[in-house]
Amino acid sequence: MSDWYTNFVNSGVGTTISKQLGLPRPAVLRRYEPGEPLLPGPVVVGTAGGGRLRDTVTAVLRDAGVTVLSPVAADGSTDGEKLGAVVLDATGLSGPGDLAAAHDFLAPAIRRLRASGRVVVLADPPAQAETPAQAAARQAVDGLTRSIGKELLNGSTANAIYVPEGAEASLASPLTFFLSGRSAYVDGQGVTLAAADVPASGDPEKPLAGKVAVVTGAARGIGASIAQVVARDGAHVVAVDIPAAGDSLAKVANEIGGTALQLDITAPDAPQRLVEHLRERHGGVDIVVHNAGITRDKLLVNMDAARWNSVMAVNLQAQLDITQALLDDGDVLKPGARVVSVSSQSGIAGNRGQTNYAASKAGVIGMVRAWAPRFAERGATINAVAPGFIVTEMTAKMPFGRREIGSRINSLSQGGLPVDVAETIAWLAQPGSAGVNGQVVRVCGQSMLGA
Amino acid sequence: MATPTRKAAIVGGNRIPFARSNTAYAQASNQDMLTATLDGLVARFGLQGESVGEVVAGAVLKHARDFNLTRESVLGSQLSPTTPAYDIQQACGTGLEAAILVANKIALGQIEAGIAGGVDTTSDAPLAVGDDLRRTLISLNNAKTVADRLKALARIRPGQLVPEIPRNAEPRTGLAMGDHAAITAKEWQIGREEQDELAVLSHQNMAAAYDRGFFDDLVTPYLGLTRDNNLRPDSSVEKLATLKPVFGTGDPDATMTAANSTPLTDGASAVLLASDEWAEAKGLPVLAHLVDAQTAAVDYVHGGEGLLMAPVYAVPVMLARNGLTLQDFDFYEIHEAFASTVLATMKAWEDPAYCKGKLGLDAPLGSIDRSKLNVNGSSLAAGHPFAATGGRIVAQLAKQLHEAGPGKRGLISICAAGGQGVVAILES
Ligand SMILES: NC(=O)c1ccc[n+]([C@@H]2O[C@H](COP(=O)([O-])OP(=O)(O)OC[C@H]3O[C@@H](n4cnc5c(N)ncnc54)[C@H](O)[C@@H]3O)[C@@H](O)[C@H]2O)c1
Repeated sequence: MSDWYTNFVNSGVGTTISKQLGLPRPAVLRRYEPGEPLLPGPVVVGTAGGGRLRDTVTAVLRDAGVTVLSPVAADGSTDGEKLGAVVLDATGLSGPGDLAAAHDFLAPAIRRLRASGRVVVLADPPAQAETPAQAAARQAVDGLTRSIGKELLNGSTANAIYVPEGAEASLASPLTFFLSGRSAYVDGQGVTLAAADVPASGDPEKPLAGKVAVVTGAARGIGASIAQVVARDGAHVVAVDIPAAGDSLAKVANEIGGTALQLDITAPDAPQRLVEHLRERHGGVDIVVHNAGITRDKLLVNMDAARWNSVMAVNLQAQLDITQALLDDGDVLKPGARVVSVSSQSGIAGNRGQTNYAASKAGVIGMVRAWAPRFAERGATINAVAPGFIVTEMTAKMPFGRREIGSRINSLSQGGLPVDVAETIAWLAQPGSAGVNGQVVRVCGQSMLGA
Repeated sequence: MATPTRKAAIVGGNRIPFARSNTAYAQASNQDMLTATLDGLVARFGLQGESVGEVVAGAVLKHARDFNLTRESVLGSQLSPTTPAYDIQQACGTGLEAAILVANKIALGQIEAGIAGGVDTTSDAPLAVGDDLRRTLISLNNAKTVADRLKALARIRPGQLVPEIPRNAEPRTGLAMGDHAAITAKEWQIGREEQDELAVLSHQNMAAAYDRGFFDDLVTPYLGLTRDNNLRPDSSVEKLATLKPVFGTGDPDATMTAANSTPLTDGASAVLLASDEWAEAKGLPVLAHLVDAQTAAVDYVHGGEGLLMAPVYAVPVMLARNGLTLQDFDFYEIHEAFASTVLATMKAWEDPAYCKGKLGLDAPLGSIDRSKLNVNGSSLAAGHPFAATGGRIVAQLAKQLHEAGPGKRGLISICAAGGQGVVAILES
């Protein structure tokens, strides 16, 4: 689904008209294409505080074939070499005073950022601080990063990664993700890493090679895109959707060389049937993406039980039951398994007319956080992805005004694409993402809702 | 039997929902439906780009342009274009015969896997021109001058322009199949009520099977249809009792109505068969094996036998070869061309005089446990796109047997036009 407005204002005549009218000019985002370099330009890495991650970061970037430059001089010039990304290592902050160095480093560097550039700030998790001053400085990073996200232009993003002591090995995968085109619509986010056994990285073009993935709700929309991206990255996809959607489900499966499994995930025997299918046909499963979801909007006071119950059943209870069945089975969930649950911005911000939906999607976040320690014990992870305004056939049917506002009230001034959600999920599914667990990653272009 | 052979495994199947004539699939051709059905099978079993040993399918009503229907469908599907294919036709036995042919090649080790299928459309049935018009058109084609052409054209009469609509009638008797079945029904004294009961049960069984998700991995929606549109879950004996007979209506006591006879139907089905080794290597299930099969034909023209009675003859031959009795089965799938056909078939097997006189048996085959008959519904509920019915039954029975556990046995009996019958044994 293309964003006609973004395409229009970036066309020759569209640029002129939109400038004259003072319309927002959303950028065409840099999105991942297999075979393209990680970044369109070099990276500068700077520090504030102790900065214990410099070497790790440099090694990750060099491995990815990126040129690493020293911090640019604070001469205020914008013309030197244009940068693909700016990485600030702010680990080791002891108090707010250390943050001045962050400002000194970032300001001149960001001036030189290319379109669709990246700012990534690394810090220690505030929750693990030893003194209030240290916690204050670490928490300050959050406000700093989010504000940079709002100031950046031309499709650039800013995100934070919180790296506890001992979790250095977990950094490569999230750092690479936030720098790459895979995170095009992820902006103003923070993820907190954990120490984990991170396997040696394989083929960067096929990070999911040899994996078996289940994607629910794969017949169309975001689910079809997830199936495509996960298959592109090397996994065999078992595409699941309701039997009535079997026609388009088969087309999706055939397009990606996967298999179609017609199954209503709310059927009482659905978890057992899914487990049996995975065991019999594939000897187990590595990746489970709980994407199927429905909306049945009504103001709470007007909502009937059917609307409430059906939304809860598909969006939350089925995720709980299927995940539980996979855990109970013993070995169907393979070592190092990855579960990714699709939540929603509504689950974070709430939404008028969506009490049922928002409750279910908030519930998903609670579920993921509660299960994360159990998953960590088996070397597995479970995370949630919360999409913001994603341009799908569903949103295309919204009234023009609501759709336009919905898609513009974020730092990137545009709606995301299904592929943006899919890329984030595929990243969390990578073996290298072992240290990302119990996290909620919003794919919302830094939406103003629930921020 | 000369050399011991392996038994072909039934891995699974796919069909599109069946549609009553001139409804959901009115604009779909046989090739469209067969291609979609193959693609659904490919998606279910991950066969994209795969070259299976052979695809065998057919249609009973076929356009001349579809001379290579199955191969053309394969080329339009997601299977590898290097997959060979051929067409067969044995009336309503086409689908089952296709499965037997594929199974035999697998058993002989000539192929490792194959797909058997069938398709029929009564909406897009070929129309024929009458002999008069055909002769005129030939002379038109042969005409050398404009004048000759005009002369030829001038011979066309309006009456000749009405195409011959294909009829569901036996060429040798001119009787509709239903009228033949009505003769048999009368001969065997099959009552109206028992026919209606059988029809209602078929609808109820099939609706319940859909509801419990039984068809989730047997059917793929097509052109907006998610279930067979002939299916009437709320069908009742009281409702059916109000219908007027449509066959054998020369008789005041005619019993066969539109509800206890199958309607004209469009649809397609396909079954994936393989050697155990092939299935194992692909991580695919083995639902059941095709153990044995038999065909028979009766002389319904001069021999005093009913048109649809051939399976009655085929079954005892197959049972004897396998050392089995009629009661040694956990499921029976007797194709419901007409409710009366199923009932007459069972009555014949119970009748000592008939079994001795006609089948040459010392004792009757006996009765079958009705609770094991067509347990997930059959053609009266689903409809009957002639060549697609065999594939529907094979896949459905194989799944039933698999659900019931290992070592279960099922019997398939399908009657066909021309006085033929095709029967088979499946075992889980
Ligand atoms: N589109 C957005 O802007 C947006 C925003 C936030 C969150 N989301 C979430 O993303 C997910 C995908 O949304 P989408 O926009 O692609 O929606 P969609 O309606 O296009 O697709 C959802 C799919 O889920 C399937 N599904 C529904 N109930 C099912 C069941 N019981 N069993 C199996 N499959 C079932 C549907 O058949 C459909 O194919 C949902 O969880 C949705 O809540 C979407």
